[in-house]
Amino acid sequence: MAKLSVAILGSGNIGTDLMYKVRRSTLLELQLVAGIDPTSEGLALARKLGYETCTDGIEGILRNGKIKLVFDATSARTHLDHAPRLKAAGIIAVDLTPAAVGPGVIPVVNLQQHSTEPNVNLVSCGAQATVPIVAAINRISPVQYAETVSTIASRSAGPGTRHNIDEFTRTTARSVSDIGGAKQSKSIIVLNPAEPPIIMRNTVYAVVDQSADEKSIRDSVMAMAENIKSYVPGYKITVEPFLDGDHITTCIEVIGAGDYLATYAGNLDIITAAAINVAERYAETLSQERMAVNG
Amino acid sequence: MAKLTVVDVTLRDGNHTVRQQFSPELMSKIATALEASGVDMIEVGHGDGTGGSSIHVGRTVAPDSQLLQAVVSSVKRARVAIFLIPGFGTMVDLQQAYDLGVTVARVACHCTEADITEQHIQLARKLNMLAVGYLISFGMAPPERIAEEAKKMESYGAQYVNLADSQGYLVPHQVKEYIAAVQDAVKIPVGFHAHNNLGLAIGNSLAAVEAGAAYVDGSLKGFGGGAGNAQTETLIAALKRGGFPTEVDLFGILDAAATLVAEINKYPHLANVPMPTVDNDSIMMGYACVYGGYVLPIKRAAQEYGCDPRELVLRLGARKVVATQEDVVIEEARRLAGMA
Repeated sequence: MAKLSVAILGSGNIGTDLMYKVRRSTLLELQLVAGIDPTSEGLALARKLGYETCTDGIEGILRNGKIKLVFDATSARTHLDHAPRLKAAGIIAVDLTPAAVGPGVIPVVNLQQHSTEPNVNLVSCGAQATVPIVAAINRISPVQYAETVSTIASRSAGPGTRHNIDEFTRTTARSVSDIGGAKQSKSIIVLNPAEPPIIMRNTVYAVVDQSADEKSIRDSVMAMAENIKSYVPGYKITVEPFLDGDHITTCIEVIGAGDYLATYAGNLDIITAAAINVAERYAETLSQERMAVNG
Repeated sequence: MAKLTVVDVTLRDGNHTVRQQFSPELMSKIATALEASGVDMIEVGHGDGTGGSSIHVGRTVAPDSQLLQAVVSSVKRARVAIFLIPGFGTMVDLQQAYDLGVTVARVACHCTEADITEQHIQLARKLNMLAVGYLISFGMAPPERIAEEAKKMESYGAQYVNLADSQGYLVPHQVKEYIAAVQDAVKIPVGFHAHNNLGLAIGNSLAAVEAGAAYVDGSLKGFGGGAGNAQTETLIAALKRGGFPTEVDLFGILDAAATLVAEINKYPHLANVPMPTVDNDSIMMGYACVYGGYVLPIKRAAQEYGCDPRELVLRLGARKVVATQEDVVIEEARRLAGMA
C-alpha cells in the first residue's frame, strides 16, 4: 500500500515528537518539516534524519505539491490563518493547537463520525486521556455529570498551555460533554512542579444511576483502555473504576513513549499519538478509495 | 507606616473546616458581623476558591453565585473578595463574580507557576477590581524564586501580592526573610496568609507585619484548612499589643467570632464539626510540608484503608503534592494498605 504523504508544520517540541512517530509509521511518509526559525533544534534534527525542511512555514507546504495531510503544531492564532489556505489546497489538516476550527476528535470515541472532515482538532491532552473513560461509562449507564482532573508536570506545560490555561480548562470540559456524552461536566487542570517531574495522571469522576452495574462499567472502561493502548502504549488505568458514593472513580496514568519528549510528558505523547492515529485512519480510507476507483 | 489591612477569610478558607457546608444564610450573618467590627475585606467561596465546588475537593451547599450574592447583599462598606485558582476556576467564574458585585479578585497558583495567572489578573484589572496575585505554599521554593514569581504577577497588573504559608511550615525568621526578598523585588505591597500547624500562625503574621507586610489574612476561630489560619480575633488583639493598630475593633471582632459559634450551633451537621486544632496530624502536615487542605482526606483515607496517617503524610510530603491533588491521597493510602 502506498504511504500517505504528510508534512509537519511547526518544529517545536510537539512537531519534533511527531516526526519520530511518523518515522515509525508504516502508513505515513514524511515529505516536509516546516518551521519558521532556521536555528530551531527541531529543523536541525529533521535534516539530520534526512527529511526536507523549509523555514517559511505554510508557504513551503503549499509549494510542495505532494502533501495530502498536514499536522499543525504551531499555535491557535496561526492555525486560524493556515486552516482556510490548507482547505483551499485540498490538504487535510490535523490540528494540535487549541484553535478548534474543525470538530474535536478523540480517536477511540468519535473518529468514525469525522473520517471525511478536511480539518480535525485534537482538543487537549486532558481530553484525549479522560473523554474515552467518560464515553466508556456512558455507553453502559448514562453519565449525569463527569468531572476530570488532569495533573501534569510543570516542565511539560509549554508557554502556550500556561498562558491559555482558561481555554484549556473550558475546551476540555466541553469535550467531556460533547464527545464523552456526560450531561454536565467540569474539568480541572493542575500543574505540578515536583522534581523529578511527575508522570501525567488523570482522575475521572462520573455520576451515574444508583442502579448502574459496577462490573459492566469496569469491563467497558478496561476494554476502552486497551483500545487506547494500541496507539498510546503508556496509557494505564492505575485505579480501576469503583463505585464511590454517587459516582464512579477511575485513575489513569500516561507514560510517554519517550520519542523526543521525556517519558513523564505523557500529556504531550497522548496528543501526538492521537494525531498519528487520526492520520493513519485517513491513510487507510484514502487508500481504500483509490483501490475502489482503480477497480 | 503604610495602612495595615486585615483580610478575613473565614467564609473561604474556613469552608475547609466545615467540608464546604457554609450556607448562604450563615455567610450573610458572618459577613454582617465582620463588617460591623470594621473588617475591610471579606473573602468568600469554596475553600479552594470560586469554581472549586467539585467531587474532587468537595461540593458546596449552594452554587458560587448564591454564596457571593448572600455576602455582597449583606455588606455596605466592606469589599468582597474571591479566591480563584486558574485551571480550577475560569474567567467565566471571575466575570460572574464581578457581575454580582465582588470587587477584589485574589488570583492564586502554586508558588512556582505565576504565569498561569496572567489572563485572570488582566481580566480583574480590566474590570477595575482590586487584582491580587496569590502564591500558594511559598515555603516550597526559595525566597529568590518567590520574588521572581511575585515580579511576574506585578508585571501582569497585580496590585498586591499575597504569600500563603499553606502548610504552616515556616517559622518567624523565615517568614521575614521571604517578605523582605519579595519587597526588594516588587513595588506593590505584600500580604501574608498563615496556617497554624506548628502553632505559629499569629507569631508568623506578626513577623510578616514587622517585615513590612501591608495585608494580613485571618479567620474567625482560626477556621481554615488543616490546623486553621491565624485566628482573626487573636490577631487583632496581638497586633494592637504589638503596636500595629488596625481599623478593626477588638470587641467587634470578638462578637463576630461569637456569632460564628452561635450560627454553627444552629445547624446540626455543622455543630459536630471539630474546631481547627493543632493535633498530631496537623503537626505532621506542617513538619512534612503537606498542604493543609489535605488533613480531612488523609484522615478519611487512613481510616478507610487502615493505614498510619503519619506514614501517609510523610509519603505525600516526599511526593511534593501541591494543592488540589486530593486523588493522590487515595492512591497512596491504597498503596500503603497493599491494595494498589
